[in-house]
Amino acid sequence: MTNEIMIAGFGGQGVMAIGKTLAEAGMKEGKDVSWLPSYGPEMRGGTANCCVVLSEEPIVSPIVLEPTELIAMNLPSLLKFEPTVAQGGTIFVNSSIITEKVQREDVRAIYVPCLEIAQELGNLKVANMVMLGAYIQAMGNLGVETIKEMLVHMFTGPKAKLVDLNIEALRRGAACVQ
Amino acid sequence: MAKELWKGNEAIAEAAIRAGCKYFFGYPITPQNEIPEYLSLHLPQIGGCFLQAESEVAAINMIYGAAGCGKRVMTSSSSPGISLKQEGITYMCGAELPAVIVNMMRGGPGLGTIQPAQGDYYQATRGGGNGDYRHLVYAPATIQEAADYVQKAFDVADYYRNPVMILADGMIGQMMEAIEWREMPKRELPEKTWATTGTKGERKPNVINSLYIDPNLCADHNDRLAKKYAAMEENEVLFEEYNTENCEVLFVAYGTPSRIARAAIRQLEKEGIKAGLLRPITLWPFPSKALKAAADQASVKAVVDVELSMGQMIDDVKIALEGCKPVAFVGKAGGVVPTPAEVCAAAKAAIGR
Repeated sequence: MTNEIMIAGFGGQGVMAIGKTLAEAGMKEGKDVSWLPSYGPEMRGGTANCCVVLSEEPIVSPIVLEPTELIAMNLPSLLKFEPTVAQGGTIFVNSSIITEKVQREDVRAIYVPCLEIAQELGNLKVANMVMLGAYIQAMGNLGVETIKEMLVHMFTGPKAKLVDLNIEALRRGAACVQ
Repeated sequence: MAKELWKGNEAIAEAAIRAGCKYFFGYPITPQNEIPEYLSLHLPQIGGCFLQAESEVAAINMIYGAAGCGKRVMTSSSSPGISLKQEGITYMCGAELPAVIVNMMRGGPGLGTIQPAQGDYYQATRGGGNGDYRHLVYAPATIQEAADYVQKAFDVADYYRNPVMILADGMIGQMMEAIEWREMPKRELPEKTWATTGTKGERKPNVINSLYIDPNLCADHNDRLAKKYAAMEENEVLFEEYNTENCEVLFVAYGTPSRIARAAIRQLEKEGIKAGLLRPITLWPFPSKALKAAADQASVKAVVDVELSMGQMIDDVKIALEGCKPVAFVGKAGGVVPTPAEVCAAAKAAIGR
């Protein structure tokens, strides 16, 4: 089983962080993983993306040309990468700011109102964790417990209170998946 | 040890510290900036020195000075910056100074682009400076290898009293993979009796120099260096063979293109074509004998060289093969990476399928 994931959005939406969390969780579960960021003459507010590969086999190329999953955090990302998604793949749409629907009929589309949920939770910064929760629920390729353990390691001392908030964000994201 | 997720550039910087490097001099350039960034934080914490020089030329000469003091020292840059360091590199080879130089290649020529490329193969393996000099060139293809070979490079540099280059493309610098920190086998290293560390009035001063104005002495110096380079060619060649036994197509690629080639091998297998890969890990010395042996197999119909350049390593491939098999090329320069499909198409064309 190999997941080739394209994660794209505006700079500052936590696109790279979603990718890193997926890669680290995959590593902790014994998968072979790679994380490859786009880097270039980007500007603040411009688009950013990263490719993550999670695999039970050794990964050969870290470059994702035909993603099995696309996480689109903004409209330009959806427009750019929707045509590249593999047949039968899954597209996660940040429906808070993307009002368009996925056009293709040979892929599964999951709409996640990341910002609204984050707002309800009282912290807009967890919008990307909401999306991550939806991804893990829909794909079932990573254990939510693994991510929770990582959060406990990541947020310590005065930041420890953020653990529960992030776990709640994951749960609310998961609930968006039917 | 548990696996850890590391970015290529940061792994290279950490590997240098683990190898005992306490000094780094450099000048910023994409796509290698995480190396100086990491060392600017961590070297002062271990009592070392990180210094951002006023230019690449200054940085390489600071390396010359620190290496002359017998200390483990590193510099890193990317293609245009490495061009500026060429004078320093030939001086270091001439003065026999060990150091590690990292080139995280980007597209050229000139300022080119910041995306990954391999257009500095000639410069790295032939030398962009003057005179008859050589230095080892390691080409990691994974973050694990980057971490391992940087540590090894410091030992090898000290062993031969010669600079060693780590040559990777920007993608290796930017991507993250899971790695294990492991101790590399240590070499027995000679004491640095030649270092300029102060005589304390107890011995004659050591002089570090690449100037031999008497042509006879300079010729002797070149003979001595040539013997050293011959020993490197004899003892330091490294390569990896993947799926080469009885293959029909033999790919030759290093760094990121070797990974694209492996993806192409999987694809070709589905189409009933057996392809293999010979991946040089040392670009100089080049694994000529191993490549010739792999290509000499009766099964091999064509050798396909894959590079992020317009074709530079292909010269070494042709020299190694001595015309025994046809050589095809697939590659792109300027920051674009060929797709596995393009590599497959080139392989099929090469064997007439």
